[in-house]
Amino acid sequence: MHEVGLMAEAVRLAVEEARARGAQRVAALRLRVGALSGVVPEALEFAFDLVTAGTPAAGARLEVERVAARWRCPRCRAEYESMDVWSACPRCETAPGELLQGRELELVSIELD
Amino acid sequence: MQARPGPSTGPVAGEVHSPHGHEHPDIHRAPLHAHPEEATGQTVVLHRSLLEKNQRLAEQNRGFFRAKGLLVLNVVSAPGSGKTTLIERTVSGLRGRLKCGVIVGDLATDRDAQRLRGAGIPVVQVATGTVCHLDAEMVRRALRDLPLDGLELLILENVGNLVCPADFDLGEDLRVVLMSVTEGEDKPLKYPPLFHSAHVALITKVDLAEVVGFDRAAALDHLHRVSHHARIFELSAKTGAGMDEWLSFLVAEHERVKSQPW
Repeated sequence: MHEVGLMAEAVRLAVEEARARGAQRVAALRLRVGALSGVVPEALEFAFDLVTAGTPAAGARLEVERVAARWRCPRCRAEYESMDVWSACPRCETAPGELLQGRELELVSIELD
Repeated sequence: MQARPGPSTGPVAGEVHSPHGHEHPDIHRAPLHAHPEEATGQTVVLHRSLLEKNQRLAEQNRGFFRAKGLLVLNVVSAPGSGKTTLIERTVSGLRGRLKCGVIVGDLATDRDAQRLRGAGIPVVQVATGTVCHLDAEMVRRALRDLPLDGLELLILENVGNLVCPADFDLGEDLRVVLMSVTEGEDKPLKYPPLFHSAHVALITKVDLAEVVGFDRAAALDHLHRVSHHARIFELSAKTGAGMDEWLSFLVAEHERVKSQPW
């Protein structure tokens, strides 16, 4: 449950950017959360109201984009995606090898007012 | 790219939608706004990692550790897998070979730190409070209280948790994950991100394997599947079984780290 800390970091980055641009408030935040980031999007959403209270991001809209894990099969070299944290190659059922994508945890963009 | 859940993105910059479908163009100046001349709906693309700050501090720690010639372990596991006992026996087993220090993360008590101080080595306790993992900043602060001169092995005992520590690099050389035979064989399959990120996997409490009906072949198979690049050791800190191989590995790793250019 470190979602509160991560959400606080997102809001900190957003507010810092808003201030630097002379904006009054942050209207929206867009996050990307990978399937293997170890973060539960629902918990991020739950933390959002808490950490935005009393900041220029209070009342802002939160959009969370989930990013699938993308693996390369160590045997047949197929690339495949999955929203699960762990899934075997759909072609040859080998356990996953190299992780190409899915650890993302980033603030993609913000909207300012 | 996946479809985004929740409400769709608002209109493009500057445009304001009215839910009533007004025809009058002036209404589109958003009556709620006190200063209509302000830039509204401006989108700023940032692409900033939420772990960026931790990552930066972890790299600073790593550089510091390199400069000191320290081998640093980040020891992670579920609560009760035997981290503290393993560290106690590792430290005493390395006496005369490597000078050790420990930083212990614990939610509330300093019981683990007290146990380790009994081994006669420098120990710093980090009370993480409600935080479920150590982060690079906590380690950096704890380093101030640790006498580092002459130290060769620094062991970071993370909070007992198989989820959260996966995301937080502390600047360690090796991430060491423990699973005890009493936990069953499927921990790697249940917590793949952490097991996947480990450099070393230790199967602990092997002296109890028979009593609990531990399926060794299944456990090794699961570890090979999830932690496929990890070095695996099977040991019992209590009886000492398998400890020699583990200790020799640490001595060799310290040599490797010390001679590494940085």
